[in-house]
Amino acid sequence: MREQSMVPEPEFESYYGRQILKTPTWKTPDVPLYLFLGGLAGASAVLAEGAALSGRPQLERVARLAAAGGATAGTVALVHDLGRPERFLNMLRVFKPTSPLSVGSFILAPFASFAGAAAASQVTGVLPRLGRLAGVGAAAFGPPLATYTAALVANTAIPAWHEAHRELPFVFAGSGAQAAGGLAMMLVPLDQAAPARRMALVGAALELVASERITKKGLVAEPYRIGRPGRLMRFARNASVVASGATALAGGRSRVLSAVAGATYLASSVTTRFGVFEAGLASAKDPKYVVVPQKERLARKETGGAAAHTEGQPAG
Amino acid sequence: MAEAHPVGFQWVMEAKRRGATIIHVDPRFTRTSAVSDVHVPIRAGSDIAWLGALVNYVLSNDLDFREYVVAYTNAANIIEGRFQDTEDLDGLFSGFDPETGHYDPTSWAYQPDSAQQVEDDAERDRAYGDTPGSQESHQSARSESHGSGGAPVRWKGRRDETLQDPSCVFQILKRHFARYTPEMVQEVCGIGPEQFQRVAEALTRNSGRDRTTAFCYAVGWTHHSTGAQMIRTASILQLLLGNIGRPGGGIMALRGHASIQGSTDIPTLFNILPGYLPMPTASQHQSLDEWVRDDEGKAGFWGNVRSYAVSLLKSYWGDAATPENDFCFDYLPRITGDHSTYTTVKSMIEGSCKGYFVVGENPTVGSSNGKMQRLGLANLDWLVVRDLQMIETATFWKDSPEIETGELVTEEIGTEVFFLPAATHVEKSGSFTQTQRMLQWRDKAVDPPGDARSELQFYYDLGQRIRRKLAGSTDEMDRPLLDLAWDYPTDDEGDPEGEAVLKEINGTGPDGAALASYTELKDDGSTACGCWIYCGVYADEVNLARRRKPHWDQDWVASEWGWVWPANRRQLYNRASAAPDGSPWSERKAYIQWDADADDGKGKWVGPDVPDFIADRAPDYVPPEGAKGPDAIGGQDPFIMQTDGKGWLFAPLGVADGPMPAHYEPPESPVRNPLYGQQNNPSRRKVDHPANPINPSFSEIFPYVFTTYRLTEHHTAGGMSRTLPYLTELQPEPFCEVSPRLAAERGLTHGDWVTIVTARAAIEAKVLVTDRMRSLRLGDRFVEQVGLPYHWGGNGLTTGDSPNDLVNLTLDPNVYIQDKVGTCDIRPGRRPRGPELTAYVEAYRRRAGVDMAHPEDGGADG
Amino acid sequence: MSIFSERSLWGRLDDVQHDAGYDEDHPPRMGFFTDTSVCIGCKACEVACKEWNDVPDDGYLLTGMSYDNTQALGASTWRHVAFVEKSGAGAAPAVDLGMPSFDLPGAHPHGEDQATESGDGALRWLMSSDVCKHCTHAGCLDVCPTGALFRTEFGTVVVQPDVCNGCGYCVSACPYGVIDLRKDDGRAFKCTLCYDRLKEGQTPACAQACPTESIQFGELSELRERADRRLEELHEKGVDVARLYGRDPEDGVGGDGAFFLLLDEPEVYGLPPDPVVPTRDIGSVWKHVGIAAATLFGVGVASFVGRRK
Ligand SMILES: Nc1nc2c(c(=O)[nH]1)N[C@H]1C(S)=C(S)[C@@H](COP(=O)(O)OP(=O)(O)OC[C@H]3O[C@@H](n4cnc5c(=O)[nH]c(N)nc54)[C@H](O)[C@@H]3O)O[C@H]1N2
Ligand SMILES: Nc1nc2c(c(=O)[nH]1)N[C@H]1C(S)=C(S)[C@@H](COP(=O)(O)OP(=O)(O)OC[C@H]3O[C@@H](n4cnc5c(=O)[nH]c(N)nc54)[C@H](O)[C@@H]3O)O[C@H]1N2
Ligand code: SF4
Ligand code: SF4
Ligand code: SF4
Ligand code: SF4
Ligand code: SF4
Ligand SMILES: [Mo]
Repeated sequence: MREQSMVPEPEFESYYGRQILKTPTWKTPDVPLYLFLGGLAGASAVLAEGAALSGRPQLERVARLAAAGGATAGTVALVHDLGRPERFLNMLRVFKPTSPLSVGSFILAPFASFAGAAAASQVTGVLPRLGRLAGVGAAAFGPPLATYTAALVANTAIPAWHEAHRELPFVFAGSGAQAAGGLAMMLVPLDQAAPARRMALVGAALELVASERITKKGLVAEPYRIGRPGRLMRFARNASVVASGATALAGGRSRVLSAVAGATYLASSVTTRFGVFEAGLASAKDPKYVVVPQKERLARKETGGAAAHTEGQPAG
Repeated sequence: MAEAHPVGFQWVMEAKRRGATIIHVDPRFTRTSAVSDVHVPIRAGSDIAWLGALVNYVLSNDLDFREYVVAYTNAANIIEGRFQDTEDLDGLFSGFDPETGHYDPTSWAYQPDSAQQVEDDAERDRAYGDTPGSQESHQSARSESHGSGGAPVRWKGRRDETLQDPSCVFQILKRHFARYTPEMVQEVCGIGPEQFQRVAEALTRNSGRDRTTAFCYAVGWTHHSTGAQMIRTASILQLLLGNIGRPGGGIMALRGHASIQGSTDIPTLFNILPGYLPMPTASQHQSLDEWVRDDEGKAGFWGNVRSYAVSLLKSYWGDAATPENDFCFDYLPRITGDHSTYTTVKSMIEGSCKGYFVVGENPTVGSSNGKMQRLGLANLDWLVVRDLQMIETATFWKDSPEIETGELVTEEIGTEVFFLPAATHVEKSGSFTQTQRMLQWRDKAVDPPGDARSELQFYYDLGQRIRRKLAGSTDEMDRPLLDLAWDYPTDDEGDPEGEAVLKEINGTGPDGAALASYTELKDDGSTACGCWIYCGVYADEVNLARRRKPHWDQDWVASEWGWVWPANRRQLYNRASAAPDGSPWSERKAYIQWDADADDGKGKWVGPDVPDFIADRAPDYVPPEGAKGPDAIGGQDPFIMQTDGKGWLFAPLGVADGPMPAHYEPPESPVRNPLYGQQNNPSRRKVDHPANPINPSFSEIFPYVFTTYRLTEHHTAGGMSRTLPYLTELQPEPFCEVSPRLAAERGLTHGDWVTIVTARAAIEAKVLVTDRMRSLRLGDRFVEQVGLPYHWGGNGLTTGDSPNDLVNLTLDPNVYIQDKVGTCDIRPGRRPRGPELTAYVEAYRRRAGVDMAHPEDGGADG
Repeated sequence: MSIFSERSLWGRLDDVQHDAGYDEDHPPRMGFFTDTSVCIGCKACEVACKEWNDVPDDGYLLTGMSYDNTQALGASTWRHVAFVEKSGAGAAPAVDLGMPSFDLPGAHPHGEDQATESGDGALRWLMSSDVCKHCTHAGCLDVCPTGALFRTEFGTVVVQPDVCNGCGYCVSACPYGVIDLRKDDGRAFKCTLCYDRLKEGQTPACAQACPTESIQFGELSELRERADRRLEELHEKGVDVARLYGRDPEDGVGGDGAFFLLLDEPEVYGLPPDPVVPTRDIGSVWKHVGIAAATLFGVGVASFVGRRK
């Protein structure tokens, strides 16, 4: 059975099996959707600007709308998730680099404005030059928007997220690229969609490599392998592989196949976000993901000293 | 103690920090056990066997504190030759009357010193107009006939200070306890010999000149049909080890409700008056003289009883009380026997008690055999309940379990119920008297809500209304009410001032000023005093109970925190902290000592506490012939409330069920008494009623022992805790506790519902299966115990069946307290509902062969 | 690292208030030393906390977890007393990782031969009153995007409910699982270390109510000394299992403002064995996010490079 964990069942003590950490209060589908939409929007903004520069109007149009729509829907999801939505703007009271959510607000807010303006200009034809300028702005804030959400989840005490803090940004970047590319593949004629296909293909490769590195992490990676998040992650991976195969083989030739592959990329991207999100929840709910690695870390500290420390050494 | 007295327990933890060894003896492993050095799991109800074996260990290994024992206890007294022990009578003492179940204690008496002594005593009887010896009947062992002085002995008696005389108390004790061996402890209590040895050594090692050991107990000992004797056994042990009257020693009753001590000092009991003056009885006390004669003039401060009695009457009836009318002695009600709470309940059921005040208690949940309580209430004309909450006792007529089963029908209950809201302790000022006999004053913090009133206001007002109604009456019967001194200053709301009452209790002299000490009380009517032992709390018109000087601002005895009766004395009998010659037993344990040079060489007792002795009485003082009262206290008689000044290892009278403790099995027990043929306490008070059937002893139908107790999180019958969210969430459902072995035997699953059954009722609760409940091995068998916190009832935020519905009513003959243990069966699943429940319990009774003709008898012996 | 301001993110930090921007003359750092070896499980601390802070009840559920029915710290339980029943011969805690022992009490019936043995050593009932650790490096505070969480002049960590927007970030960022959102209210709540009482020079309600001085309140530096002495004392008495938890200023959160003396492994009480403030790795996180963002941008650019098709 693939479901089986690869490390032997750890032995540990706990308080009546109760979880030590609190389960993240972030709600599904709001937050995983937000992660997805941020990736879609961010990567789409880059795609849109490339399309504009390279003169691919249909691609540009779709990508601009995806960027603006993604940002808007994402903001709605985020606000909806708040316990006190009317206090959403409190997040703009302070800027805190230690709080990815704070940083994210300062990415999301300008991005949403730029992407919205660019899309509005595109659709209405009003103020085209300012619209283009806004498009550049969105493209600049796009990649951070697509990846900061990795910081959002990684800068927590949730083992499956935190211990994957080096890989998750790449997973999210790759996943965002697949979403943006995939959506364009669905909606843009074949002749203008080549960059979208390439973006999706490279994104898939990026995500697969990064995800694979996470699964090497032993017990803390277990939530990504077993249970519902495990199934989601496997589905996402398989979807990426299938979509990429189809894209590489026939992406440029069949509109139908391209659309199907694009949809598959989108599905993969959504599932990845749900998979990552739920793996985090699962790792919070079982005390072993907290106790065992920490005990091991302590044991290493006792025996080896330095070796243990490098793991979490702050970089930079 | 950690569970029910957590605040007091801080001092135990402090002692532990300083190196004390903490030993906890309890059927269950509790929060107390968790922080103790040793936990001794014991079968509920078997403590006399355990303590008796410790007494035996001390006696047979000569580990007693001999100098203390000889000088300060009655070990040397010679007992009447007629005395027969349980050794001779297979579990009975001489003097037992199987008809009445009472003992005649005359054969337990001290032998007189001389014929002269007997003659003097007879002389005194004649002076009172009695024939010599007729007092014998007064000396019945029944406790309602004695006040705080304990039973007065007629003479100090002959002594053999070598302790060799076979008839001396010491030798009698040795023989009596010889059969209480470690092997017996194993067989009776389920405590192994190693553990016994360990505790015995710790106890004796930590006693003597240099060290002292303290015992703390509460209702794990008192709530038994042998409760008073359990405590006596511990007292005997402590006297033998020299641990009474010395710092760090003692045997400490941990009292219950905030002022449960206060409610015996100024009692809510039927058989005593304030300051432990005995309630006059109809048969013996026709006059003030007769009332005080047993005690008056006897050695010790109790000998001044007439002053206390007269001052009390003066405080009740003021100017109306005069020497000519015996100070209104005739206004006092007289008792005709046992009028204790459970007897009253029976009278309610039988219809002879028509009206009932329930003030600050919740008997349908808190008292044993809840059904009898409810049957009683349902048969009243009227019931007044004053409480903070709508408790089960006030709503019994609509939602008691008997309504569910159909045994009671709301429409058929004629009782008129008045519910009156009461002010809480923070909504009124007043004092609490706690475990240490300390009065602490409490100021009012907030006004009571709505119609809620203090007790003081309620009773004051009630008295005034009744007096208004009776005004102008010429009926003799109404005089006691009309003549009452019933006048207190009140605040704006009409609430009498608590301090005015405190001053009345303290006592006043002819000039109306507060007295400073009970030694100032007179028997001529010139002083009034509401409770002689509290005299001094208001000395110099200052409320000393209000003192709050922190302990770090005074010496270690901390005499300026509150006020302790009597005379702000923090430790009773503290004369015993010095050797007979008045010097400290040891430097380490110095407390009160004789300073011969003090007072210009007259000498006096000095120390950090108020000496519990006549301050200038020299250690070598020997009372002259015929001395009376305090003058009769010898220089080496520390137990100044006893008529012989000695600590009683052997009670020559005054204890209803024997001069020495003997182990008897609880009325319901799965175990045959291995010590004597006599299974149960022969003088236990049985309550004979069809609603009180007793499980037969050794019944296979009721194979398990249960015991009941408290949780820190709840309070007694629950009115003050089950109604509060913050306490309810901490213990949100009724539960019981069992050992894993019992769970396996009966198929009980942790956390599931179970049903617990006795011959009286079946209740349900969740079960906690825990190693904290030990399976006890008694010889070659196991005894399992079911633990039942008793707090639940039908009202409030957390509700459930009341464990007291399971508990039988059998009373200790000294104090009429119920037994908290019994036998039961326990089964998985919830109990039947409605009439099926009655049938279910009935079927159990049938299978167990409960004799409904004599339901009060377990049937093991008479 | 200027974008993280002068504040330190992890490691030893001797003046946490100054680090948070208070003047040098701020009051000393206040905290708790909870000595569980004298805790009697009376829960007075839980009740006192709720009474003083007007915290609602947390639901009525008999859990079967020994005498613990409030289960864990949370938005409506700011003090929580854990009850651990440990049985078996010796019942001394395994120094290594023992068998999974999260069974409910009594799940492993003792053998009959043990049945008559006393509770000594064979049974332990550990009680411990848990509370927010007021970490030197507080994950909750670090991640709060609104500034609702702040460091007080006493070095404690407090939520301002009127600012909190209920984002829940603090909940996931606390390595001890302390802070939580209140369901019907949406905002985050936790122990304030009785900030209002501290400002009046009073002792926190829980410590005030504790009868055995299991909860000791005071200046953190002094508490640490006191704890060291107590540990030494217990070790001298042969209580080898005693250990301090959260006392070490060098640990993953820079030491706790509320630390403990435990009689078993932390996880036995439901505490993480080696908690680390998530923000310790924030540099690495942002670095990787940055690279990933650049990569994504590069992917975008690269997608347009090459033949037009
Ligand atoms: N939290 C809280 N505190 C209280 C109260 C309360 O309801 N709640 N009630 C107050 C009142 S009114 C009182 S009277 C006191 C009572 O205070 P305690 O006497 O301490 O109260 P209990 O829990 O009834 O009984 C004490 C212990 O006796 C044990 N026990 C039962 N049977 C036996 C036996 O046969 N032998 C021995 N050795 N032990 C036995 C029980 O297992 C229990 O652990 O507490 C007062 N304090
Ligand atoms: N099986 C079993 N039964 C027991 C015991 C046991 O150990 N086992 N213990 C026994 C003991 S020791 C006791 S003390 C009893 C206690 O049993 P009860 O005295 O019957 O029960 P409480 O709940 O203490 O009742 C006190 C009531 O007084 C109310 N009250 C509080 N303050 C005031 C006030 O100022 N004025 C008025 N009018 N009312 C007030 C409270 O709301 C509460 O309802 O239970 C006894 N029953
Ligand atoms: S409830 Fe009151 S009387 Fe009882 S332990 Fe607590 S403080 Fe003392
Ligand atoms: S324990 Fe958790 S909630 Fe408390 S200060 Fe530390 S991180 Fe914040
Ligand atoms: S829930 Fe409130 S306190 Fe917590 S991080 Fe969000 S805003 Fe800050
Ligand atoms: S310090 Fe105050 S807020 Fe914190 S647990 Fe104690 S009482 Fe509650
Ligand atoms: S108040 Fe003190 S003794 Fe009681 S549970 Fe809390 S920490 Fe333990
Ligand atoms: Mo009591």
